[in-house]
Amino acid sequence: MVDQSAVGRSFTPVTARVEPGRLRYFLNTLGEENPVYRNADAARAAGFDGMPVPPTYLFCLEMMDVDDPFEMFIALGIDLARVLHGEQSFAYHAPVLVGDTLTFRPRVTSVTDKKGGAMTLIGIRCEVTNQDGVHVADTTRTIVVRNEVT
Amino acid sequence: MTASGDIRAGDRIVHKVFPPITRHTLALYCGASGDHNPIHVDLDFAKAAGFPDVFAHGMLAMAYLGQALTDAVPPSRLRSFATRFVAITQLGAKLTCEGTVTELFAEDGERRARLALTTRDDRGEVKLEGSAVVAL
Repeated sequence: MVDQSAVGRSFTPVTARVEPGRLRYFLNTLGEENPVYRNADAARAAGFDGMPVPPTYLFCLEMMDVDDPFEMFIALGIDLARVLHGEQSFAYHAPVLVGDTLTFRPRVTSVTDKKGGAMTLIGIRCEVTNQDGVHVADTTRTIVVRNEVT
Repeated sequence: MTASGDIRAGDRIVHKVFPPITRHTLALYCGASGDHNPIHVDLDFAKAAGFPDVFAHGMLAMAYLGQALTDAVPPSRLRSFATRFVAITQLGAKLTCEGTVTELFAEDGERRARLALTTRDDRGEVKLEGSAVVAL
């Protein structure tokens, strides 16, 4: 079971490039037709210097370009079959545009046992910066681990 | 939200209904999102983990909610977006995403609105509960 010693632990920073083809695949999967994400003129008219990404896409970029997408679970000894996503948040500080190269720096911020140890909640915070060093966003997620009842 | 001066607490400004989630949707989202957890696409894996079937990625449901949100609010005005995954979204679910203004306030030199967000399936069960802050 994950314990308090995990708090403060950080993981390999992830560098991800916002590629237009991969983004288009995401938009098509979701049936996203908003021209601001698909048309350069519409994006400009909406106040962007390039094509922006949808609000949850930061989460995907981090997972797509990480060397080992489940590094954190392996490092903390968590069985992937016992993991659920509890909460997710994004704070946006500056635009993220197609062509940007982003760096994600995840670290564990909290470990909380629930229901007498039946579940453990793991809080992870991730700072996101772009190729110019601009702090574009912060993401937080809570991972729920369903512990094996012994 | 172009006539932002007209926004009042209680206004429902976000509302969108999405098509049913199929196995195909989950397979596509697995690739498109980089979330390759087999629990969402491999029935054998899901059953071995104690689930009756595969189920939707929480982030797929949040992506739909985000889409409903930026249909109503230009993405350049979105300051934050958060959700709690209240219940597992099952295969076949037809999601309805809604957002209502709960508060108008000033922060960082701009007028902002806080929205309460929900995603429900076609039986009315709440799947996601969340909030967003947008600049007016």
